[in-house]
Amino acid sequence: MIAQGLRALLGHWLRNPLQLFTLVAGLALATALWSGVQAVNAEARASYDAAAATLGEGRFAQILDSEGAEIPLADVVALRRAGWLVSPVVEGRLNFVRIVGLDPLTAPGGLGPVDLGSGPEVGTFLGGAGQVFGTAEALEALGDVAPEKVLSPDVAPMTVVTDISVASRLLGQDGASRLIVAPAQPIGQPPLAEVAPGLSLRPAQQGADVGRLTDSFHLNLTAFGFLSFAVGLFIVHGAIGLAFEQRRPMVRTLRSLGMPLDRLIALMAAELLGLALVAGALGVALGYLIAAALLPDVAATLSGLYGAQVSGALELRPIWWLAGLGIAMLGTAAAGGGALWRMARMPLLASARPRAWAMDAGRGRGLRSAVAVILLALAGALAWLGSGLIAAFAALGSLLIGAAFALPLVLELGTRIGATLARGPRADWFWADTRQQLPGLSLALMALLLAMAANVGVSTMVSSFRLTFTGFLDQRLASELYVTAEDADEAARLVAFLAPQVDAVLPIVSVDRAVAGFPAEIYGTRDDRTYRQNWVFLEAAPGAWDAVFAGQGAVVNEQLFRRAGLMLGQEIAVAPGTALPVVGVVGDYGNPIGQVILGEAQFSELYPDARALRFGLRTAEAETVADWLRAFGLPEAQIIDQAAIKAFSLQVFERTFTVTGALNVLTLSVAGFAILMSLLTLAALRLPQLAPVWALGLTRRRLGMLELVRAVLLAVLTAAVAIPLGLALAWILLTQVNVAAFGWRLPMYLFPVDYLRLLAFAVLAGAVAALWPARRLARTPPADLLKVFSNER
Amino acid sequence: MLDVRDVSKSYPGAEGPVPVLQGVSLTLARGETLALTGESGSGKSTLLHLIGGLDAPDAGWITLAGEELTAMDDRGRARMRRDVVGVVFQQFNLIPSLNVGANIAFQARMAGRHDAAWCDALASRMGLAAHLGKYPEQLSGGQQQRVAIARTLAARPTLVLADEPTGNLDETSAHGVLELMLELVAETGAALLVVTHSERIAAAMGRRLHLERGRIA
Amino acid sequence: MVFGLMPCLASAQGFAGLGTDAEGFTTPVPERAFAFPQDHGAHPGYRIEWWYVTASLTAEDGREMGAQWTLFRTALAPGGADEAQVWMGHAAVTTPDAHFVAERFSRGGFGAAGVTADPFEAWIDEWQMAGPSLDDLRLRASSPDFAYDLGLSAEAPLVRHGEDGYSVKSSEGQASYYYSQPFYAVEGTITLPDGAVAVTGEAWLDREWSSQPLSESQTGWDWFSLSFDAGQKLMGFRLRETGGADFTSATWIGETVEALPDGAFQADPLARAEVAGREVPVRWRVRLPDKGVDVTVEALNPEAWMATSFPYWEGPVTVTGSHQGRGYLEMTGYE
Repeated sequence: MIAQGLRALLGHWLRNPLQLFTLVAGLALATALWSGVQAVNAEARASYDAAAATLGEGRFAQILDSEGAEIPLADVVALRRAGWLVSPVVEGRLNFVRIVGLDPLTAPGGLGPVDLGSGPEVGTFLGGAGQVFGTAEALEALGDVAPEKVLSPDVAPMTVVTDISVASRLLGQDGASRLIVAPAQPIGQPPLAEVAPGLSLRPAQQGADVGRLTDSFHLNLTAFGFLSFAVGLFIVHGAIGLAFEQRRPMVRTLRSLGMPLDRLIALMAAELLGLALVAGALGVALGYLIAAALLPDVAATLSGLYGAQVSGALELRPIWWLAGLGIAMLGTAAAGGGALWRMARMPLLASARPRAWAMDAGRGRGLRSAVAVILLALAGALAWLGSGLIAAFAALGSLLIGAAFALPLVLELGTRIGATLARGPRADWFWADTRQQLPGLSLALMALLLAMAANVGVSTMVSSFRLTFTGFLDQRLASELYVTAEDADEAARLVAFLAPQVDAVLPIVSVDRAVAGFPAEIYGTRDDRTYRQNWVFLEAAPGAWDAVFAGQGAVVNEQLFRRAGLMLGQEIAVAPGTALPVVGVVGDYGNPIGQVILGEAQFSELYPDARALRFGLRTAEAETVADWLRAFGLPEAQIIDQAAIKAFSLQVFERTFTVTGALNVLTLSVAGFAILMSLLTLAALRLPQLAPVWALGLTRRRLGMLELVRAVLLAVLTAAVAIPLGLALAWILLTQVNVAAFGWRLPMYLFPVDYLRLLAFAVLAGAVAALWPARRLARTPPADLLKVFSNER
Repeated sequence: MLDVRDVSKSYPGAEGPVPVLQGVSLTLARGETLALTGESGSGKSTLLHLIGGLDAPDAGWITLAGEELTAMDDRGRARMRRDVVGVVFQQFNLIPSLNVGANIAFQARMAGRHDAAWCDALASRMGLAAHLGKYPEQLSGGQQQRVAIARTLAARPTLVLADEPTGNLDETSAHGVLELMLELVAETGAALLVVTHSERIAAAMGRRLHLERGRIA
Repeated sequence: MVFGLMPCLASAQGFAGLGTDAEGFTTPVPERAFAFPQDHGAHPGYRIEWWYVTASLTAEDGREMGAQWTLFRTALAPGGADEAQVWMGHAAVTTPDAHFVAERFSRGGFGAAGVTADPFEAWIDEWQMAGPSLDDLRLRASSPDFAYDLGLSAEAPLVRHGEDGYSVKSSEGQASYYYSQPFYAVEGTITLPDGAVAVTGEAWLDREWSSQPLSESQTGWDWFSLSFDAGQKLMGFRLRETGGADFTSATWIGETVEALPDGAFQADPLARAEVAGREVPVRWRVRLPDKGVDVTVEALNPEAWMATSFPYWEGPVTVTGSHQGRGYLEMTGYE
């Protein structure tokens, strides 16, 4: 009996291959987008974890200089001889590679590439001329600075690990950058302040700065993933609903032939499970392809924007298969549960005719409206009154769900307005018929709404970011050429050579120090019109530059200003024993750490050892000067054209756009697919509605055209909701999420052309989705239409 | 007014084309009423569909109101359905998304012959005045058929075609609906062709033709 | 205590990746005269060296205890540069029912570990063996579990092993410089998880340096330092050979100091215990027929496993039989 029942059930798919395709494709697409995005996220996170494991960040407490200075080795010895088990780390960048020097003899267990128990490796690591461990990419980028390179895939991307002595030599650094504190410390240890008063202890699990910065990007991606999955679920819901409705007569027959209802339902559930597994597996495979295609761009975006290093290679982790299949089955259960439940409640002798379940208008409309109003009000309240990342994301969620619930109401209002404006019987009917179709299409249209809103929101955010950032680059990279000297001698010769040739030589010199408790770079700046004219203050006291160059004030970047909760006029320590009032705040987008700008004279007084090796050159003839510099003997790599830096920055953004753009197109396509499937589902059920109109004198061709127009119209109406919704989304992202996650607030710009293009895409998606159903309608044989009127159906 | 000559039509079947009509001819003059009777499957509904421009014959000619229907394309036939013919089917005549008033006025407006007074008169004659704001799904079967008849007559067609118009109704309402239809058709001066298997209806018509296996008997 | 050398020796081979030869390092030669206090300090021209203290103690509550303090020096490369030195410290406290171990590492040329001869100080991190001279020392070590602070005062002169401090380690001629101070009286405090306790007893310092590893056929050693109640002391070791006769050596410290040749000292396992997944002899029959010694040596706590980066067994023992007393036992190579 089970075999017979199964054969009867499965026979349906053989006769309706399109439905089967819809179901499997919808579920697979949904799973693919979700798992693809998860994969990208997981891979990026795994890279951070590798970094954290390599550097001991988070896992161990650390000791830092309170002023952010290097920790002299004498202090390290004093600490160890007082019973503080600390291990020095020397860290810095060389050729864009992060160099981490560890002391394997004192580092807590598990840190670094070699294990003390494995004698020979430790010996080689410690002894000899030096050994660096890193990924192929990092080792290549590092160049020929170390005699022995060891390929080690476990090291964080663009990082090499080496012995502390090698790192000190490579980086020209005498002291330690920081100290790792062993988890267990000996009995009778004196307090830190007694042994080394200038150092401060940072407890474990506080060093995840990179994680916090990039979390926002990941949240964006995750939101995309879930949105895409939701969109896919709409498709699956439609396909399953249709399959069940169409099989009602068969179910009745099977039951009247003696198949028990519970067994029948179990069979159908098993059938769904099988379909979910197949579709889920397809989806994960597809998701892997998506992830593999996107990951290099994501990696580049993260490293470009935040300095976080993500490996560009993708591993197919078993957990994805499980998660992907799990989410596919969850989605199927969500979509098929209702259908099974209805089936279970259906009386044996209920009409076997497929009812227009999808057109059951008005059901739960009141409830939906109430939920929509409450959620939208909540979103407003959270955005207005809340603060912090959680409130911002809660506001985002409420806004999106509330808007989705409100969409059918808005569309109905739109069709009512259309109906009152309509002249002529065809138009009357068109609007009336459109309104009647809304319940059947609303799920697909909600999907379209979410896809479009996310598109508008994210592209507005990224574009605003780009506009602000490039404007900022114009301010900051005002000099036409940048040159770097190898050493102080060459710097002096360069300056002497250049001074008569160019309008101005601006030294760029900085030291890393903790300011107001946050890591920061302190710059010494020459008094020049470049700064006075080009730099735009977000906030400033009158005569700010005069104060800076007179050594009576400091300019800070927005990150430091916000994080440390500074105010104009408030004093900050810029060197041991020297405090200056904050006189101005400048935007410093994309920089994860703080920045303090002092006058050149004061800077060299406070930090006499810091010598400028980089210089900005103001000149009207950049090309000529560059040629002179080459003639002077400066290698090409040491001459940087301003245009090149800008190009690099823009390239970073282009990659960001590639990623968001690809996800946008995918999401929109899925929404379009949802519309197509909804229309196909509705097509069969709509014949009784169309046949009378046809009989009364409308050609099938005309009816098909109207179907197309309707889809476009609904897409446009949906877009009308989606664009303001997307802007609200962008506003929350820029003014709430960004401030909470990054520490700076971005101005929001509008991009009407982009929105028009998006509108065009939405119309296109709607039209493409409706094209096939419309064409089918235009070619329906009259006999099929006539069957509506007779008893033969 | 209506001239049907040697019309044949077959539908695809499992073992090749199944002939439904074979060389049928008939004529109908203005104001005339004709009953088309026959067994199930004798082809009477198909003949009505061909006359109404709802489908095209495989062979033969149909001339309606001086125009050769069989020479027309899809658009032409749609125009004839709109302007010349009125059809009342056995069921599902009405447009579900429009209310009763809009349904009654629909064809008249399409044909450009909308006359609000006439529509109102038809509605009250049909006993629908109280239901104008309702939607088809809210009406009984008899009421739905009366809306369909009112809609057909509101457009003042030259030819009214009715396919088992009371087939789904009980005896009493069927009789009432039929009486009204005959009375109103007579008032508009249209010709009427009714497909029926009811002796009673056939008897009420001026003429009757019997179809047997696709031929006039 | 030449055998204490071995873990470091083994690791030294590995550390430097130099195989088993001693090329480039200074090698011990016979008839080199010691010069003190300079020779108490480091000899970086040699590959390996250590300062090794073991103490047999009695707590004020009557418990028998042992304490170990060791500083090893290994040169990664010949030449004696400070930067080429790696220092390793081991500290342990053993009671009849507990054994605590700690380990420290440091690189040379950095200040966190080292040895100065005059005034004497050997240190790694906060661990320290220091005093005005080698005869008057304060010995300190600590870890998250335990700490000790012991005063050591010498009651007799240094003892030189082998030929006036030139100690041969195999029949193939490998040798080291080796002297001891076995006559320390100890007084101090040991802090264990259950609190601090005052202790008294005696301690034994071994000083040894060399560049030559063991011969390749030697798989491990068993080293004994025993103090008999009658006042004599015995240092003896057995180097185990794969498939050959073991090499033994001993120093009898009685009225005079007497070096005994290969074979004079005999040590045979009587019982083994499973310690850290290995079968380790924890009861021995030790004989020195020349001096009428035939004793049973038994571990105070069989679980005295040194679970350090280069693990071995080291712990206090009790002596019964022809002589009564106590001492220390070290065993390596039990894999």
